[in-house]
Amino acid sequence: MPLAETWVYPTTQGLFCAPGNFHIDPLQGADRALITHGHSDHARAGHGHVLATAETIAIMKVRYGEACAGLFQTIRYGELIEINGVVVRYVPAGHILGSAQIVLEWGGTRIVASGDYKRAADPTCQPFEVVPCDVFITEATFALPVFRHGPVGSEVAKLLQSMTRDAGRTHLIGAYGLGKCQRVIKLVRETGYDKPIYLHGAHVGLTRLYQDLGIELGDIRPVSEAAATELQGALVLCPPSALGDRWSRRFGEAVCGFASGWMRVRGRARQRGVELPLVISDHADWPELIDTIVATDAADVWVTHGRDDALVYQLSQMGRRARALSLIGRDEDAE
Amino acid sequence: MHHFARLLDALSTHAGRGDKLALMLDYFRATPDPDRGWALAALTDGVPLQVPFRRVLSNLMAQRVDPVLYKLSRDYVGDTAETVALLWPENGGSGRPPSLSEIVQSLQTVNPRALEPTLAKLLDASDGTERWALLKFIGGALRVGVSQRMAKTALAQLGGRDVGEIEEVWHALKPPYVDLFRWLEGHNERPATEGVPVFRPLMLATPIEEQDWPGLAAGDFAAEWKWDGIRVQVAATPQGVRLFSRTGEDISATFPEIAGAFSGRNVTADGELLVLRDGNVQPFNDLQQRLNRKVVAPKLMTDYPAHVRLYDLLFVDGEDLRTLSFEQRRQRLEGWHATAAPRHTDLSQLILFSHFDALTALHIDARAAGIEGLMLKRRASPYLAGRPKGHWFKWKRTALTLDCVLMYAQRGSGKRSSLYSDYTFGVWREGADNQRELVPVGKAYSGFTDAELKQLDGFIRQNTVETFGPVRAVKPELVLEVAFDAVQKSARHKSGVAMRFPRIHRIRWDKPAAEADTLAAIVALI
Repeated sequence: MPLAETWVYPTTQGLFCAPGNFHIDPLQGADRALITHGHSDHARAGHGHVLATAETIAIMKVRYGEACAGLFQTIRYGELIEINGVVVRYVPAGHILGSAQIVLEWGGTRIVASGDYKRAADPTCQPFEVVPCDVFITEATFALPVFRHGPVGSEVAKLLQSMTRDAGRTHLIGAYGLGKCQRVIKLVRETGYDKPIYLHGAHVGLTRLYQDLGIELGDIRPVSEAAATELQGALVLCPPSALGDRWSRRFGEAVCGFASGWMRVRGRARQRGVELPLVISDHADWPELIDTIVATDAADVWVTHGRDDALVYQLSQMGRRARALSLIGRDEDAE
Repeated sequence: MHHFARLLDALSTHAGRGDKLALMLDYFRATPDPDRGWALAALTDGVPLQVPFRRVLSNLMAQRVDPVLYKLSRDYVGDTAETVALLWPENGGSGRPPSLSEIVQSLQTVNPRALEPTLAKLLDASDGTERWALLKFIGGALRVGVSQRMAKTALAQLGGRDVGEIEEVWHALKPPYVDLFRWLEGHNERPATEGVPVFRPLMLATPIEEQDWPGLAAGDFAAEWKWDGIRVQVAATPQGVRLFSRTGEDISATFPEIAGAFSGRNVTADGELLVLRDGNVQPFNDLQQRLNRKVVAPKLMTDYPAHVRLYDLLFVDGEDLRTLSFEQRRQRLEGWHATAAPRHTDLSQLILFSHFDALTALHIDARAAGIEGLMLKRRASPYLAGRPKGHWFKWKRTALTLDCVLMYAQRGSGKRSSLYSDYTFGVWREGADNQRELVPVGKAYSGFTDAELKQLDGFIRQNTVETFGPVRAVKPELVLEVAFDAVQKSARHKSGVAMRFPRIHRIRWDKPAAEADTLAAIVALI
C-alpha cells in the first residue's frame, strides 16, 4: 500500500493528487481542478477543467462569469467518478450550499479532503456525513478550545430581541456574502419574521442564486432600491467590511452586528466596534473538530489552514498522527 | 449576578457615553441593595476581596485544561478572566448563580483552603457571560470602557444631584454604599464625612478670551505661573492622608512620598503635582513616568522625585476656608506653610505686576520648562466648585504652529467609526544627497469642524496609497497647519521630537506640500 503522502501532497498551487494528475482547490490556472465549495479562497477562476457539485459550479459562474473555466463537469453527492485510476466521490460537508468533502481512493488507501465543514445544523445545505478513512485532511479555523459555538437559535433570538427593543433603529448585520448571509436570513425566516430583508449590493447576486436553487428566503430587497423610511427598524445584511464604511452612514444610528464565529471572543467584537455580536459560524468549533476526526477513525490527520498548532498538539496528545500542511492562499478571517 | 453580567456585557459592546450612562442608571434603579452597591464597587474602586486570584485561577485551570492549550488560548484571547470563562466546562448552567452579595459574603468568610472549590462551584452554576462577569467582579480591571467618573455621573443622575456632591462624600463611604443609595433616593440624610479625608470639588479656570480684557482691572487680580503638571488635591486629617487627581480619583498609592509628607496634618490644599530636580520643574514627560502605577519602586521615586506646588488652602484644622476670598486664603496658606512646611512642597509664587501690559511681556517669554502660561485669579473670589465664569482665568501662552504634511489616517471610534479622523503628520527632513523625506512628528484628532472632517475623510479615501488594517497611508499632498503647546525631545519617535497637545489649526488646501516646514524648524523650538 503506497504511503498517502507519496500520492497526495501540497504544491505551490495547492493540494495535488499525483496519480490522478489533478489539484484540489488550486490557487489558479490548474489543468484539472476538483473544487470543494464556492468560497473564493477555494474556488478560483481560470482552471482548464473543473469538477464540482452543480451548486458550486453555479456559484462560480455568478462570481466569475459563465466562462470562468475551460470546462465544467458536474458531480452529484455519492456519485463515483474515476480519474486516471483514482476513484473520486463527493460527500456533503455541511459548510455552505453545494459544499463537499472529496473522497479519494487509490491503491487501497482512502483520503478525505474535507475542505471547510461544520457539524451544526444548517437549513441552507445538506448535513456533513462522516466517511471513515485512512487520512483525514481537516481545516482548523476555530481550532482553539475557547471556540465552542452554542446553538444558533439563541443568537437569532438575541437579534430579534434587539430588533424589538430598538424598533426604530436599522439593524445592520455584517455577514460573509456566501453562505453566512443566506443562512442568517433563513434562520430569521424560520422564526416567523416575514418583513422584507434588505441586502447590500454585494450580497444580492448570490442570494438570488440561493433562491433560484430552491432555498426559500422570502422577500429580499436591495438597499439601493429602498426608501429611507422603509429602512428604519429594518434588518439589513452587508459585508463585514461595509459596517465601518461610508455606505453605512445612510442608516443613521444603526445597531451594528456581526455574525461570525469570531464573535465568541470579546476583543474581536470590540476591534470591529460591534454592538451586537452574533456567534454564528459556518466552521466546525473545537469539539466538532475533535469529534469528527475521532469519528473518521483516521490514523493520520493533515491540518490545513487556521490554528494548526493547537489541533496538531491535541491530536498528538490523543495518540494520533497529525501534522500541519502549509497551504498558501487560505483566508481564515473570511468567516 | 445574572443582572450584573448582563450589565457588563452591554457596557462592553456599547461605545457611546450616553448609552453607557443609561445602562448603569437602569441597573441602579432596578437592582436592590446591597447588590447594586457591590456592582458600583466593581465599577469604581474595586470590590474589597483578598483573593489570590492568579494562583487560584491557574490551579483551577490546571485541573481542567491542558497547560499548552491554555497558554495558546490565553495568548489568543488576551484576557485571563475571559479565557477562563470561555474554557470552563459547560455544565448546563441550569441553576442561576448567587447574588453579588452572596458571592462577596462567601468569599470573605471562606477558609483559604476551600477557596478553589467555592469558586469552582460558582463558575459551575454560571453560563459563559456570567462566568466572565464573575471573574471580572472578583479580579477587578473590568475593561468595559467605564471610568470612575462615569459611574459616579450615573449615580448623580439617579439622585438628581451634581456629580460634585457624590465626589464630596465618596471617600467617606465603603462598599456596598447602602447609605449613599438611600440618600440619593431621598430616604436618608446625606452621609456624614466628618474627620474623613474626602475630595472637595475643584475650582477650575476658564481660558481668557480677547473680549474678556476690557472688563478686567489689573488691581483686582493676582497672577501665578501656570505649571505644566497635573492638578491635585491633598486631603489630610487625623484619620489619614489622600492625594486626589482632578477627577477625585485617589492616587495616594502612586505618590507615597506626598502622602507621607502630609501625615499628621489637618488640611485640604490644592496644588500642581510636578517632578522637580534641584528646584527645577522637569518636563511633563518625566511626570508621566510616575502616573498610573499601582506599585512604586523606590528607584522610580528617586529618579522622578514628586513635588506639589501648592496654591490654595480649602480647610485647615477642620475650618472651611472656601467662603473666604482668594486673598484671605492665600494669607492662610502662606501662614500655615511657613510653620508646617511639609517635605516635597512649596508655594506657587505670586507674580507682582501693576499693569496687564507688564504681564503680557512675561507671557510672551513664558517658555521656560514646566510653564504653560499664566493664571489670573480674582482676589475677592471665594472658592467655588466647578468652572464659574469671571473668577479664575488661564492664559496659556500662544500656541506655536507649523505646517505639516498629512501622512497617515486612522478610523475614529464610536460615532466617528466610519470616518478617518485621527491624523499622523510629518515634516521634511534633509537626508543624504539632498534627498528630502517626510518624518512623522505628531498625531491629532481635533481642531476641525464636522464639515471639515468630511472633507478630510474624502481626501483620504481618494488619496490612499496603502492600507494597514484601520490605517491608511495617503499621498503626501495635504498641508495641515498644526498648533501645539511645546516640543520635547523624544526617543520614542523616529523624528526624535514629540509635540505636546497638537491639534489641527487650519487645513491648507491651498499650500503645496513641498513648502511645508522642516524638522530643523521644529528642533529649533525645543
